[in-house]
Amino acid sequence: MSLRTVVIVDDHAMFRTGVRAELGTTVEVLAEAADVDQAVAAVIKHQPEVVLLDVHLPGGGGAEVMRRCALSQRSATSGTPTRFLALSVSDAAEDVIGTIRAGARGYVTKTITGPELVAAIERVASGDAVFSPRLAGFVLDAFAGTIEVAAVDEDLDRLTEREREVMRLIARGYSYKEVGSTLFISIKTVETHMSSVLRKLQLSSRHELTRWANDRRLL
Amino acid sequence: MWTRGLGCHDVVVMKRTPSPAAPVAGQTSGRTSAPTSGPASDRTSGPAETPRSAYRSTDERWLGGVASGLAQHLGLPVMWVRMGMLVLVAFGGFGAVLYAGLWLFMPAQRHTPSIPPGLDAAARQGKRGGRRERRFADYGPLVAVGAIAVGVLLLITLVSGQTLAYGPLLLAGAGVAVLWWQADEAQRERWSDPSRRMGPVRAVVGGGGWRAYLRIGVGLMLLVAAITLFSLRSGSLTVALDVGLAAAFGIVGLGLMVGPWLLRLSSDLSEEREARVRSEERADVAAHLHDSVLQTLALIQRSAGDPGTVSRLARAQERDLRSWLFDARGEGATTLAAALRAVAAEAEDAHGVPVEVVCVGAAPVTDEDRPLVLATREAIINAAKHSGAATVDVYAEATASGVEIFVRDRGAGFDPARVAEDRQGVRSSIIGRMERHGGSASVRSAPGEGTEVRLSLPSSTHRSREPSS
Repeated sequence: MSLRTVVIVDDHAMFRTGVRAELGTTVEVLAEAADVDQAVAAVIKHQPEVVLLDVHLPGGGGAEVMRRCALSQRSATSGTPTRFLALSVSDAAEDVIGTIRAGARGYVTKTITGPELVAAIERVASGDAVFSPRLAGFVLDAFAGTIEVAAVDEDLDRLTEREREVMRLIARGYSYKEVGSTLFISIKTVETHMSSVLRKLQLSSRHELTRWANDRRLL
Repeated sequence: MWTRGLGCHDVVVMKRTPSPAAPVAGQTSGRTSAPTSGPASDRTSGPAETPRSAYRSTDERWLGGVASGLAQHLGLPVMWVRMGMLVLVAFGGFGAVLYAGLWLFMPAQRHTPSIPPGLDAAARQGKRGGRRERRFADYGPLVAVGAIAVGVLLLITLVSGQTLAYGPLLLAGAGVAVLWWQADEAQRERWSDPSRRMGPVRAVVGGGGWRAYLRIGVGLMLLVAAITLFSLRSGSLTVALDVGLAAAFGIVGLGLMVGPWLLRLSSDLSEEREARVRSEERADVAAHLHDSVLQTLALIQRSAGDPGTVSRLARAQERDLRSWLFDARGEGATTLAAALRAVAAEAEDAHGVPVEVVCVGAAPVTDEDRPLVLATREAIINAAKHSGAATVDVYAEATASGVEIFVRDRGAGFDPARVAEDRQGVRSSIIGRMERHGGSASVRSAPGEGTEVRLSLPSSTHRSREPSS
């Protein structure tokens, strides 16, 4: 199997160097970028599988990069889609949920270890979502109280009981494998649940979620 | 407040000190007034009392922000205030006069960032999106209310039969409004102007270029038109009266152009003083932060040979900075999340194992939660001390029916059935404690698979819980 191709976007040169060194030869780093314009140019030029994207970035932040790349990709429609993995020092709810809603497939903080980062890149590249315990907690908060009012809401606007269980286990620090064995389901099924939660988070227009986001000035 | 009972926990106590706001800090939040201020003198003088006053709301404005400011002040829905104003306008224009008067005398609200400083700074530097500009979505109600107002005006003119008597009045009103609007814009320019140097021309015109001059021109033209229209209409009056009126209008016009600037100059002066206090305070905060980071760096250099100490120092510093920059709600130690974080921080510092705390739902911490927090503390310390795991995960979920906490590590694990009876840790300080207080605890562990402690405490009826925040 060929190495995953990656573009690193961060405005701190020292951090880019650090990540590059840490990733070593486990992935192929195609380019680095320090702001939104460079990042968009690099992504369009190199078409990497995964972009490691800083959330706070000169020129409008990581969300802006994803927006502009999505625009250019819609017109191009060639090859495998580029996926984004957000990497940030901030773990404020507004940043985490905002970035996911802007299209990132996962969110990890910069304190993540090298092997974990490689695993996360692999997961994102193969189309899965990467949820840290903290992100899972935010998701549960954002969708809080939806189980009781089931049935009337659209499917998009609430988590299923199963998805909620998976989220809770992730928030408790379980790995995908442990989640699977606890709930007696396969890892593949866990991944399906995660992707579905991610989709709901990105697409849901649920009243509470919108208000929740609005309170934090995400919309 | 049971957190006092945890006096031995430095972190908890330290977090409490910022809460009595320093007198200089006034209405700024506790976090910015922070630990640089001397504790003893501040506490005796008590928090500064600022009289509650109304501000024009510049964020929610349709015109001058008077109605929304008033609504905020009185605690009424904005729409009521706006409708009230319009109804008053219909009664002989009293509403317009009232509005203008309030616009004149209510100071504009300063923009105070309600988001954490780290995010605010990132937004200011354009490093993150989500900076909200003025909203343009709300024009539906404006049109509706406008239509009602025009209808009411028409009705009045129909009933009273004085069809065109409002003409000059409306023209003059529009002129005045444009002039005032312009003055407000100039004021806003002044706020965002970092150089702070201003001539009187700029005070009126702002930095708006031709548009600003156009607006002033239009305002003047409307005024002049109103004056000529009026004098044409009152042709039967003597020329002397006309001249007198024209002079009066001229003076009023001049006053309107310069007045706002003069009037606001004084209120701006006091606001500038306030801003200076605030910026000094900010400098203090920066100094404190840099100081603590410098200390940590020095310590790290000194103990470069000891990776455990280095990572512990780095982790503690990271936690400190993180809570300053991104911990939004300023929740103090009064929420369950904050109490758990304090407990986790203590364990991190003592044993050098990172403890990740994730909380879902918001719950205030009460006396009844005390055993829960203490049991959690015990579980965290057990995990950090004995499991050998690299990290400990704590997950707390507060719902209407109670609080559930999971403490999980991926360390060595043990066989719960074979734990000696005399081992205090699990049996008495976790399970026993929870059961004594009406909760429950269970431990799931197996050698090589890590350990998970589950604590749960049902909520009593009188405890009110807010939904997630």
